[in-house]
Amino acid sequence: MDLLESLNRQLERNPNIPDLRPGDTVRVYARIVEGGRERVQVFQGMVIRVRGSGAGASFTVRRIAAHGIGVERTFPLYSPRVERVEITRHGKVRRARLYYMRGLKGKATRLKEKRPE
Amino acid sequence: MKGILGKKVGMTTLFTAEGEAIPVTVIEAGPCWVTQVKTPERDGYSAVQLGFEPVKPSRLTRGQLGHLGLLKTDSMHPRRRVLKGIPGPLRHLREFRVKPEEAPAEGEKITVAVFQVGDRVDVVGTSKGRGFAGGIKRYGFNRQPKTHGQSDRERRHGSIGATTTPGRVLKGLRMPGRMGGVRVTVQNLEVVMVDPERNLLAVRGAVPGHRGSLVMIKQARKTKELRKG
Repeated sequence: MDLLESLNRQLERNPNIPDLRPGDTVRVYARIVEGGRERVQVFQGMVIRVRGSGAGASFTVRRIAAHGIGVERTFPLYSPRVERVEITRHGKVRRARLYYMRGLKGKATRLKEKRPE
Repeated sequence: MKGILGKKVGMTTLFTAEGEAIPVTVIEAGPCWVTQVKTPERDGYSAVQLGFEPVKPSRLTRGQLGHLGLLKTDSMHPRRRVLKGIPGPLRHLREFRVKPEEAPAEGEKITVAVFQVGDRVDVVGTSKGRGFAGGIKRYGFNRQPKTHGQSDRERRHGSIGATTTPGRVLKGLRMPGRMGGVRVTVQNLEVVMVDPERNLLAVRGAVPGHRGSLVMIKQARKTKELRKG
């Protein structure tokens, strides 16, 4: 058997991160270490990408900061530095990577809510 | 003795409790057996030969089997080598230079447990063969312009010398040729994980060679252990 795969399987995915889908609107509570002090920072935005498998897997959240500047942050799915993730909304999307969001602004970035199956 | 043979399994990421991501290479190391101890008196230098990976007897030559003490002594061969402790034929044999007083006994079993998290090690392997590679890949030469009247020499090297003086190409000039497939040592890698139950070892960073290729792991020459802070 593939030893590395079995090793990866045995690694714990961060239990405080639910299953994420592109288009979800989320609040990420990230632990930030600043000069020995630790605090939790919230990053709220839309998941535009979930990539990878195993310990290197990550997801990217995009939000619009002050003055309409887009800010994207990528968080590892296996990192204990992510305290928890709340999903506030499931957006309806038709592709896995929502890079087209980078070219849109304002009302155009809204997504229809996904209807529960 | 701090040294072992292993097989490169592949790379992955491990996280510390604080959340720091560490890129690691996982190595399936050992168990190894001491197949020979070389002494200054008999061999002129001091070393330990380790054997790794049990195989069926037909994989080895009679000479190799004899060296491992696996051939029976009979009237025709009364002085065959005797070696106790090894489980059978071993595929790989490699020598490690060790001080005479640190040498283990012949037949002794060596596992990854000789290493501890935080140790510094040197890893020796055979780099991936790149075949006949050009100067750009092999030596990091620069590419030539794609435009301004240039044609068919984007990835060639430039001039290889002057004219009548010296009238020849200097020896050792870097040119295209066979790349990779040679012995490479990576020094001073930190041991991040040791799993004696599954004979696994993880070191920070990359290690030469393909997945599944043989690597030697030795105590680092230039640092004894990880300096704290």
